[in-house]
Amino acid sequence: MGKGTALRKETTRREAGPGIAGIDVDRLIHERIRLGIVSALAVNDALSFNELKRLIRTTDGNLSVHARKLEEAGYITCSKFFQGRLPKTQYRLTAAGRRALERYLSDMEALIEAMRDR
Amino acid sequence: MNLVKGIDARARKTLAPHLRALENLQFIRETMEGATAFTTVPGAGGIVMGATALLAAVVAAGQPRRDYWVITWLIEGLVAFCVGLLAMIRKARLAGAILLSRPARKFVLGLSPPLLAAGILTAAMVRAGLIALLPGMWLLLYGAGIVSAGAFSARVVPAMGLCFMGLGMAALFTPVSWGNWFLAAGFGGLHMVFGILIARRYGG
Repeated sequence: MGKGTALRKETTRREAGPGIAGIDVDRLIHERIRLGIVSALAVNDALSFNELKRLIRTTDGNLSVHARKLEEAGYITCSKFFQGRLPKTQYRLTAAGRRALERYLSDMEALIEAMRDR
Repeated sequence: MNLVKGIDARARKTLAPHLRALENLQFIRETMEGATAFTTVPGAGGIVMGATALLAAVVAAGQPRRDYWVITWLIEGLVAFCVGLLAMIRKARLAGAILLSRPARKFVLGLSPPLLAAGILTAAMVRAGLIALLPGMWLLLYGAGIVSAGAFSARVVPAMGLCFMGLGMAALFTPVSWGNWFLAAGFGGLHMVFGILIARRYGG
């Protein structure tokens, strides 16, 4: 991942705008399909396109669009190779992606805590 | 883990913030559980368990006394249990993160009661001289345990359990002398076949 991707990631985060109840949640993984992709990859070393599609129960088009967004943000990596004659696409979570998920988890916990204190 | 199930996107927006947060956390957990379920059960472990069972079947068949035959299979059961547990720990560690050991733990917890019941029944049946019923009972209860413990795993896991139950039923209603080979077919054959299938398709 080059400098450009890192920059874009920061921009995305800053442009996130109001999330839930004023907490600036990471819009990039807040979206359902992207959150699903990141969560599924967090517990697997790598998942193929088809495995992810089955897990998240979405369409080819949706999955590739959202996976691309995560890839551009540097949250996941995508590798394409041939297994025999079949082309295979495999996704992995990056360290940045794992941090983003952890941050998202603590944001959600903060929201729940805030409600408890009220 | 199902996007359609539960609350749809529009309804989610009308929820109170902390409920939305809770719902998000639940979604993450369910996705993780769904994603790990099909990797939790170790295929490689199944292959090794199958191999030890085939060896046990041969050794047990050569025993001159029925109690030696029972002891041979009990030792095999213990060995297989340890192999399965170690393989599961290894696989869970490969996945390696916070919420990950949960599906593995659920699987072991789900499998434990039927195994415990099988242990108690083994003692009772040996005492009552009902050794002929042991193969069917073992296969049936182990299968039942796999079906219930694997209910949230990939479908291949409960399917293996059902095959075990089928063999168990067959063993209970066929000539007693076939018992040892039903055990070989189940704990040896089914473990190996499904082990290879799981190892190939479900990540190890």
